[in-house]
This record gives sequence, structure tokens and C-alpha cells, in this order.
Amino acid sequence: MYDTIIIGAGMSGLAAGIRLAYFDQRVCILERHYTIGGLNSFYRLGGRDYDVGLHAVTNFTPKGAKKGPLARLLRQLRFKWEDFSLSPQVGSAVRFPGVGLEFGNDIELLKSEIAREFPGEVDNFECLLKQLIDYDDLDQAAYELSARKILNETIGEPLLIEMLLCPLMWYGNAREDDMDFAQFCIMFRSIYLEGFARPFKGVRLILKNLVRKFRALGGELRLRSGVDRVKVEGGRAVGVILDSGEEVAGRRVLSSAGLVETLRLCDDITEVDQHRAGQLSFIETVSTLDKQPRDIGYNKTIVFFNDSDTFHWRRPRDQCCDLRTGVICSPNNFQYDDEDGELPEGVIRITALADFDLWNNLDENEYRIEKLRWYDRTIASAVRFIPDYRAHVIDTDMFTPKTIRRFTWHDNGAVYGAPEKHVDGTTHLKNLYLCGTDQGFVGIIGSILSGISIANQHCLRD
Amino acid sequence: MTPAEIRDEIVDILSDIAPDEDLSDLKDDVAFREQLELDSMDFLDIVMELRKRHRIQIPEEDYNHLASMQSTVDYLTPHMKDMQPS
Repeated sequence: MYDTIIIGAGMSGLAAGIRLAYFDQRVCILERHYTIGGLNSFYRLGGRDYDVGLHAVTNFTPKGAKKGPLARLLRQLRFKWEDFSLSPQVGSAVRFPGVGLEFGNDIELLKSEIAREFPGEVDNFECLLKQLIDYDDLDQAAYELSARKILNETIGEPLLIEMLLCPLMWYGNAREDDMDFAQFCIMFRSIYLEGFARPFKGVRLILKNLVRKFRALGGELRLRSGVDRVKVEGGRAVGVILDSGEEVAGRRVLSSAGLVETLRLCDDITEVDQHRAGQLSFIETVSTLDKQPRDIGYNKTIVFFNDSDTFHWRRPRDQCCDLRTGVICSPNNFQYDDEDGELPEGVIRITALADFDLWNNLDENEYRIEKLRWYDRTIASAVRFIPDYRAHVIDTDMFTPKTIRRFTWHDNGAVYGAPEKHVDGTTHLKNLYLCGTDQGFVGIIGSILSGISIANQHCLRD
Repeated sequence: MTPAEIRDEIVDILSDIAPDEDLSDLKDDVAFREQLELDSMDFLDIVMELRKRHRIQIPEEDYNHLASMQSTVDYLTPHMKDMQPS
């Protein structure tokens, strides 16, 4: 009998596991996939290392900072700042037709860029900064406010609103078109006020540290152990039944599988409202180059582009991908320590919106052809905003919504989960809790904190 | 444990929870919150560490006794006086 069974060995499940195992619980993490990480995973192909999910760690604060989500999670998990070995970004940008805003890990750069491109909006932007809700004051009510409505009341220039929203929606908005104001505040702080960083070795370093700590504390991690259902008796979860038929008993269950996905697992629920599932999924092209990106004139860490004055944040539905907007990221362009040097090869990744059903319904042959076709189209779209790197590509890979579904098991390969968030992590069963994307925090740091805070609130106090 | 030993133990717990804090000139009669960058999650950890290390269960309504070093030691003394220092 376990004290807590955790479904999913992603960032949130591992972090929750560490907290509980540290305080002497018997904990088992069950992961359907053959590897850890969920959305934020990694693989090796053709002799090259690839990251899935992670472009950059957001919420960067330098060593010694005592405030902010990064400092908080390091303390809670008893990690040293060095364990995550984060190197800050070089600099990023939002690019729309004829207008660009640069930003970095110091808000002053973005302020000066706004003063240059939108001189009439300087005071309005200061007003917006004052309206941001602090992390600790976010409650369910803030999740029900419209970010667009508040922005329209605060900022005069519609184009600036679209440009501010673009990176924030790309890095953490599960809702189509609009954004919950709480989510807006979280993302605004994590990206514009704190900023981007990356470990030289990528996301695998963070994941390996989490797993090592979890195991050292006596936690059990079982891969290839998908949960087929959650066994419910008398209004309580009493354990889970694995795909293999094996039964695992537990006093409580913490699920990072997502809201709809978790409810569907429960014995006592016969029908789940599919429409509550998330809709937004992505493709991503990964190009390995024969040069460092800066040697072909690309020295930004991340560029968020949009090819008109209006930013469309929707599932495409009528075609496999929507290439009007995208994210361009180079893992080379971070300020790595001298002793690390630079990454051995240049890499540029482009992310675009994609439709899960259209990708999922392709047969094997069509899927392969569409991947090639959309790889070319995606890069053609991105090089409107950065130097054309196509002549330097020596290797490629690509993931689609199908890949994301396989790694995360989320309906529709929804990267940020369902639009409706459950901040307190509770469900219809009193000992079944949610952590991870559908609890409300996203990103690497967000998902780790999600696991910590749900473990603290619900799993440690008895 | 004597009150002085309990104090040492709390300092040890604090240094685990917040390794970057300088605890050498901690004032016993001033709230932790005013001297250290501790948030509610960290306060929970003081409670949890006491439970982990000494099997002391502190009910939630008593958490306010852990506001400063002095009040913490006063609160814990009757609970810990028969224990041996670790």
C-alpha cells in the first residue's frame, strides 16, 4: 500500500514525488511511456541529442535571488542553484510586419523598446505593470477575467496588445483567442519580468536531477506502466489498475494526466465531456546547421513572429498547420559559461500551431509526406523574420501533435492542457488530486511548482 | 533537549530550508518573516521537518506559535524536553 500514487513522470509528478518521499511517504510514480519527462523530454537520434518541449526555462532569476518561483522550488526540493545550471538568454524579440520589440531578462529593455516603437504607450505600459497580480495572490477568480478586456482598458494601441500577447500565449495559453488574466500575469512575470535561461545540457539535466533525487529518497519510478483506470470505492480512490491488469493500492492518487484524461480513468465516471479538453497543439521542426546560428546572422535566443497586425491563437481545423505565427528558437544563443563553451552544432527550432485530428487521421505514408511538406513550409514562413538558414541545414527532425500525444497522453496533443484550470487541484473524489498543466502552472518551473504546491496542500498534512 | 538545544535544532532546520540565508545574527524576538525571506511554503517545511526529525505533530491552529525563534522555542520546549539531541 502506497501513501501516494502519482500518475505521470513529468516535471510535476517528479517534483511532487520528491516532496512526498522526502517527508517519508511511500510513493510510486507510474509512467506509461518508456521514458520520463512527458511534454518536456529528450531523445537521441542519429547520434544527436534532441529536446522536446523545452525552448527555454522561464522564470530565470540569478543565483542568490530569494524571491520568485525558481528560488522557491530550489528551496522546496533542497536543490542548489547550480543543480539546474542555468545560463541566461542572449536576447529575444517579437516581430510583426514592420515593427519589432526586443526583450531580455531585464524589463528595462522592453520598456525602452516600447518607448521607441509606441512612444504614446509608455505610461499605459507602466499602468499594466501595476495591475499584474502577484503569484501568491492568484485565485480562481483571476482565472475568470479576460486578459484581452483588461489590456483593452489599459493599452491604447491594439498592435502593442497583440505583440505583448504573442509570446505569452505561445508559452502558456491553453485557451483559444483570449487568455485568462491569471495566466497572463503568470506568463508576463515569468517571461518579461524574470526571463529565459537554459542548461547547457538541455532539459535532460533537470530531469535527471529530479529522478536521481526522487530515487535517492526511496521513491519508486515505474516506466511502461500506464494506468488503465483509477479504482473507486465509496467515493474514494483506492488505487489504480495498470494496462497490464496489475492492481496498485494507494491511500491517495495524484494525477498529472490532465483533467478530462484523469476523469476518464475513474471507475465511477461513465461519460466525460470531451469539449473540456484542450485544443491547441503544435508541430516543431528541428534543423541542425553546419554553422553556429550567429555565423549566419541569427543571434537571438527566441523570436516570436506574426505576419499581420492581428495575432490569431486558434487550432487550425481546416489545415494541418497555421503558419501565420510561430516561434523560432536557437539553443545555441544562450550565455553559456566559458568552461561549457558552445554547443557542438547549430540548431534552429521552429514551432507552429497544428491540428491534432488532421495529423492523426493521416495514414502512415501520408503522415510521412505531410511532415516533409510542412517542414518546408514552416521554415519558409519563419525565414521571413530571420536570416534564411536553409542552405546550412545538415539534419532535420520534426514532431507533430501525434508525437505530443504519445509523450503526454493528453487529448488532442494539447500542449498546455485544458482551458479550464483547477488551481486548488481538487476533483470529484476527495483523495484524487490534479497536478501539472491542468492545475494551472505551465512551463518547466511552473510544472515543478505545481507538483510541489499540490503535494504541500493535499498530500502532506495528514 | 534544553531550550538552547532546541534553538540549535531550529537553526539547523532553517539552514536546510533556506541554505543561502545568514542565520548567525538571527534575532530571537523578531518574527522570522521580518528577517528571512521565508514564505508560507517554507513555514510548512519547518513543521514538516520537526515531524520528520522528531515525530512532533503540530496542529494547523498552532502554526502561529512558529512566528519567531523565541515563540518557537517556547512552544516546543514542553514537547521536546524529554528528547535527546540528534
